[in-house]
Amino acid sequence: MTAVRVLVGTQKGGFVLTSDGYRTEWDVSGPHFGGWEIYHMVGSAIDPMRLYASQSSGWFGQVVQRSDDGGVSWQPAGSQFAYEGTPGTHQWYDGTPHPWEFARVWHLEPSLTDPDMLFAGAEDASLFKSTDGAATWSELAGLRTHDSGPNWQPGAGGMCVHTILVDPTNTDRLHVAISAAGVFRSDDGGETWRPANRGLRSEGIPDDDAEVGHCVHRIARHPARPDVLFMQKHWDVMRSDDSGDSWREISGDLPSDFGFPIAVHAHEPDTVFVVPITSDSEHYPPEGKLRVYRSRTGGDEWEPLTGGLPQRDCYVNVLRDAMATDSLDPCGIYFGTTGGQVYASPDGGDSWDPIVRDLPRVLSVEVQTLQ
Amino acid sequence: MIRIVLPQHLRTLAGTGREVELHVEGPPTQRLVLDALETAYPVLSGTLRDPATQRRRPFIRFFACEEDLSHESPDALLPEAVAAGNEPLYVVGAMAGG
Repeated sequence: MTAVRVLVGTQKGGFVLTSDGYRTEWDVSGPHFGGWEIYHMVGSAIDPMRLYASQSSGWFGQVVQRSDDGGVSWQPAGSQFAYEGTPGTHQWYDGTPHPWEFARVWHLEPSLTDPDMLFAGAEDASLFKSTDGAATWSELAGLRTHDSGPNWQPGAGGMCVHTILVDPTNTDRLHVAISAAGVFRSDDGGETWRPANRGLRSEGIPDDDAEVGHCVHRIARHPARPDVLFMQKHWDVMRSDDSGDSWREISGDLPSDFGFPIAVHAHEPDTVFVVPITSDSEHYPPEGKLRVYRSRTGGDEWEPLTGGLPQRDCYVNVLRDAMATDSLDPCGIYFGTTGGQVYASPDGGDSWDPIVRDLPRVLSVEVQTLQ
Repeated sequence: MIRIVLPQHLRTLAGTGREVELHVEGPPTQRLVLDALETAYPVLSGTLRDPATQRRRPFIRFFACEEDLSHESPDALLPEAVAAGNEPLYVVGAMAGG
């Protein structure tokens, strides 16, 4: 019998939601780490009982938690994240130099081959790696010390590595996305990096098609077609067919091309989901209608998905790490809102139900499909 | 014996009660007491002081004997009542909403 485990990070704790393969009845456990910000919870792809959580607080700093029993119990792991060498400066919002300061881990990305290995994307923008199950961390400093680093500047949420993609066919190839620097790619396991932003155009930077400085909100891929990347940028939904060497816009007929998350269907590499919001200054759905948009053509042509979603007076947002898919057939799609609802569609987006309604502000959603 | 009262979140994290007791060699200072606390409860390393600079985190305060010791030198001696174990050192999360 299959089952699904949904890992929900919120502003005031973590929650674990479980269901059988029908995905109609859900058990909710939590809050885990109540009162702390849980930016991300995620499970190992090869050991589904191994979970990791990023627990942070403006008061007490960063803690990484680890579970070896699927989230029933947790143990604090290593939380020492030290920049290699003497960190210099990046740009502050007003363009003045600002010291590089570690704030928190936004995203944890477990290895596809080793349950004890994982990456951590951090604010201020940096990448760390653990090979001992999160007990110790070392920085992959080639990213932060890239020649363009002193010119990176924060987005509204901070200057963070928020997305890490590992190529399933070549684990030395990594992509990260940084707000607001853009996409960077490594072909040597994270030692060296180069920008991968050709084709992006952004208002708000002096050179609107600069190599770096773009506020990329999220990138996603289908594992069977690793060179195809989809991107939700500050404005614009984009696609690359060459592993990030070049990008083209696929916003097409979306009502707004501003948004945060983007996700790819588990079995259809050209089926993509976004959640448009009104604008950069109005972080809520157009017309107060919560609509997921689905493209079955790899972009450009989008259809609104509204079944079961509020179609009036809805002014929540869906954050960049708060949308995920399971790998059942039909594919399940999940997202969490800033209003504390987690919605699930067990039929590829055609219909939706809230599987929990009243959590704190949802920061992240991950899904594990359990066999 | 030095007594330290921890805020709720750190009690949970360290698996302790409201107050912990520590032995510190010699006249106790903030630095020595926090070093002893982190040795006894490694999970608290980095939660009170920035791991890189060892400076007090901005939203952490230290109170004792009805005084705010947050801005004292880390190497200043703690009050005699704290050193004698008659009064605890309070670790307090700054009031900052939320």
